[in-house]
Amino acid sequence: MDLNIGAAFEALIDWLKTNFEGFFEVAATAIGSTTEGLEDVLLLLPSWIMILLFTALAWWVASRGVALFTLLGMGILDSYQFTLFGTEIAVGMGYWELTMETLALILSSTLLSLLMGIPLGIWAAKSDTVDAIIRPVLDFMQTMPAFVYLIPAVVLFGLGTVPGVIATFIFATPPCVRLTNLGIRQVSEEAIEAAQSFGSTPTQMLFKVELPMALPTILAGINQTVLLALSMVVIAALIGSGGLGDPVVQGIQQLQIATGFEGGLAIVILAIFLDRVTQAIGERAGTTAQAA
Amino acid sequence: MGAGRPAAFAHGFVQSTPSRLRLPFSNRYFCVMAVIEVEGLWKIFGGDPERAREMAREGVSKAEVKAETGSVIAVNDATFEVREQEIFVVMGLSGSGKSTLLRCINRLIEPTFGTVEVHGEDVTAYDDEQLRDIRRTKMSMVFQNFGLFPHRSVLGNVEYGLEVAGMSKSEREDKARRTLDLVGLEGYEESRPSELSGGMQQRVGLARALVNDPEILLMDEAFSALDPLIRDEMQNELLQLQEMWDPAATILFITHDLDEALKMGDRIAIMKDGELAQVGTPTEILTSPADEYVRSFVENVNRTKVLQARTVMRDPRDEEEARLRTDSPSVHPRAPLAEILPTVLKSDEPVAVRNGQGDLKGVVSRSALMEEVTRNAGVDLEEEAVEEVVTARAS
Repeated sequence: MDLNIGAAFEALIDWLKTNFEGFFEVAATAIGSTTEGLEDVLLLLPSWIMILLFTALAWWVASRGVALFTLLGMGILDSYQFTLFGTEIAVGMGYWELTMETLALILSSTLLSLLMGIPLGIWAAKSDTVDAIIRPVLDFMQTMPAFVYLIPAVVLFGLGTVPGVIATFIFATPPCVRLTNLGIRQVSEEAIEAAQSFGSTPTQMLFKVELPMALPTILAGINQTVLLALSMVVIAALIGSGGLGDPVVQGIQQLQIATGFEGGLAIVILAIFLDRVTQAIGERAGTTAQAA
Repeated sequence: MGAGRPAAFAHGFVQSTPSRLRLPFSNRYFCVMAVIEVEGLWKIFGGDPERAREMAREGVSKAEVKAETGSVIAVNDATFEVREQEIFVVMGLSGSGKSTLLRCINRLIEPTFGTVEVHGEDVTAYDDEQLRDIRRTKMSMVFQNFGLFPHRSVLGNVEYGLEVAGMSKSEREDKARRTLDLVGLEGYEESRPSELSGGMQQRVGLARALVNDPEILLMDEAFSALDPLIRDEMQNELLQLQEMWDPAATILFITHDLDEALKMGDRIAIMKDGELAQVGTPTEILTSPADEYVRSFVENVNRTKVLQARTVMRDPRDEEEARLRTDSPSVHPRAPLAEILPTVLKSDEPVAVRNGQGDLKGVVSRSALMEEVTRNAGVDLEEEAVEEVVTARAS
C-alpha cells in the first residue's frame, strides 16, 4: 500500500471541495464583499484627504514623529503632477490605489483572524486540553512556508482576493490566539480569586476582569497579526489578490529593479505606519491597565 | 508610660473619662451564637484522598502519606466554630494550611471532606447560584497582596461587588463613595490602585470588602504585606471600625504573626501542618498551651503587653454599674495590661472598661489584674507601672 501523505492531503481538499462547495461559496462571497467594501471606503475620499486623516490618526494615538512619517511616507505613495517654469513635473510612486487595496486585504483578513483567534485564545486559556491540542496546530500554521497555503486556497476559492485573504488569515492568526491565551493566563491569581469571592459569574469574570487585564497582551498579538498579514500580501499577489504585491511580483518576473524597489518601499511604509499605530494603541491600553 | 509602649496606642486607649455615658449595657464578648461552624474539614490535593485521609487518621505523617498516595494534605480534620461578631484568628506558619482553610469557607477552594455551615446552612452543598448569592450578600474577602483590579479606578474597584450583584450605577457609586470615606480614602476615588501606597491599596481592598455590609469578613494575611507602622495603624482602624459597626461583622482573620493574633483575636486557633493545635482565647493560649508546639510559640511573649483589659474583665455587679455611670476612670477593652496597670492599681474600686463609643463592657478589679500579671514567676512589670504603684500606696 502506498501511503502518500501529500496525496492524502490532496484527497482531503478534494473531498472538502465536493462536499462543502456551498459553504465555500458563501464564505467566498462574504469575504469578497467585505474586502471590496473596505476598499471602496478607503478609496471613497481623495487621496490627500485620506493622507491627512491617517496623519491625524497617527498623531492622536501615537506621536508627532509617527504623524510626520505618515504624512511624508504616504505622500510619496501617491503621485502629483504640476507645472513649474513651463516644465511638467511628476513626483511620487503612484501606488495609492494599490496601497488601499492592500490595506483592505489586511483589514479584512485581520478581522477574520480576530473573530477566530480571540475566542480560540480564550478557550485555550480556560482549558488545558484545548491548549495542548491547539499549540502544535499553531506551530504548524506558523512554520509551514506561506506559499504552501496558496495552493489549497486556490483550489477551494479560485484565483483573486478571497484566497489571498484566506491564506493570509491562516498565516496571521496564530499570534492572536497565542497572546490572547497568554494574556488571560497571566491575570494574577489574586485578582481572579477576588472577582470570584465577590460572586462574579464566569461571564462577568471574563468581561470585567480577565479580558480587560489581558488587553495589553491581546493588543500585542493583534499588532503581530497585522504585520504578519502584511508580510503575506506580497505572496498573495502570486494568486492574483492584487495590491502592493503586484509591482514586486512584476519586478521579479521582468527583472525590473525600479518597479520591484518601489513596491517594496511602499510595503515598508505601510508596515511602519501599521506597526506604530497598533503598538501605540497597545501601549495606551497598557498604561490604563498596568499590572499591580 | 514605659519605653516599650506599643506605638499603636500612641493616642492612648487609657481614657480618664468616658466619652459617652449611660449606654445600654451590651457586651459582645458574651455573644456565643456560632455564625460559622466547620466540621471535620479536610483539604487533600491530588492522589487518592480517601486513602490519604485513612492514613492520616491512623497517625501516618504528611510526608509518608504523600510518598505513599501522592496526596498533599493541606487541611487535616479541622473542626471549630466562629461566633457572632467575634474576631477569630487562625495563626500558623507558612504552609500550615491556614489560607487553604480560609478559602474552604467561601469555597474559593473546594473542601475534600467535611462541612462548612453558615447560620446552620451547609455551604459545601450550595450550587453555583447559591454560592454566588452568599458571596455577594454575606461574606467578602480581603487578600494579602490586595488582589485589586489594576484596570479599574479606586471607585471602580470598590463598586465591583455591587456591580456584579446588579445594583444600579448611581446607587452603587453612592455606597462605594461612603465606604471609601469610612476607610479614609475620600479624594482618591478616581485614582488607579497602582498610584497608591501599599497601605492605601489595602484600604481599597478593605472598602471593596465592606461595601456590601457583609456579615462575615474573611481576611487572608490582610496586613502582612504592609510596613510594621502601617500594619499597626490598619489593625487599630479595623478594631475601631468593628467597634463602630452595628451590627459588627464576624471576622475570620488569618495571620502568621503571633503578636497580631494576640492583639486582634477574641479567640485564636493555632494551626500546624494542617491541623488545629489549639483553639482558645489569648489568655488560654498563653497560660495553658495545648502542646509543645504552641508552648514554643508563646514562651517568649511578654504577657503584660499582649494580654488586654478585655481578657481580665468581668461583668459589673448591679451596684457597681450605678457607680460607674458617673464620671470615673476607665480603660479601653483592648488596652494592654501593662498600660492599664497604673489606672487599675490606683483605684480602690474596680475600673470600668469602655470601648471608644463609651459603652460599658465590664470592670477590671485590682485582684484580677494582679493575679493575671503575676501568674508566671518573674513577670517583667513595666518599671514605671511599679513606680506608680509605690506612689499610689504612699499617698
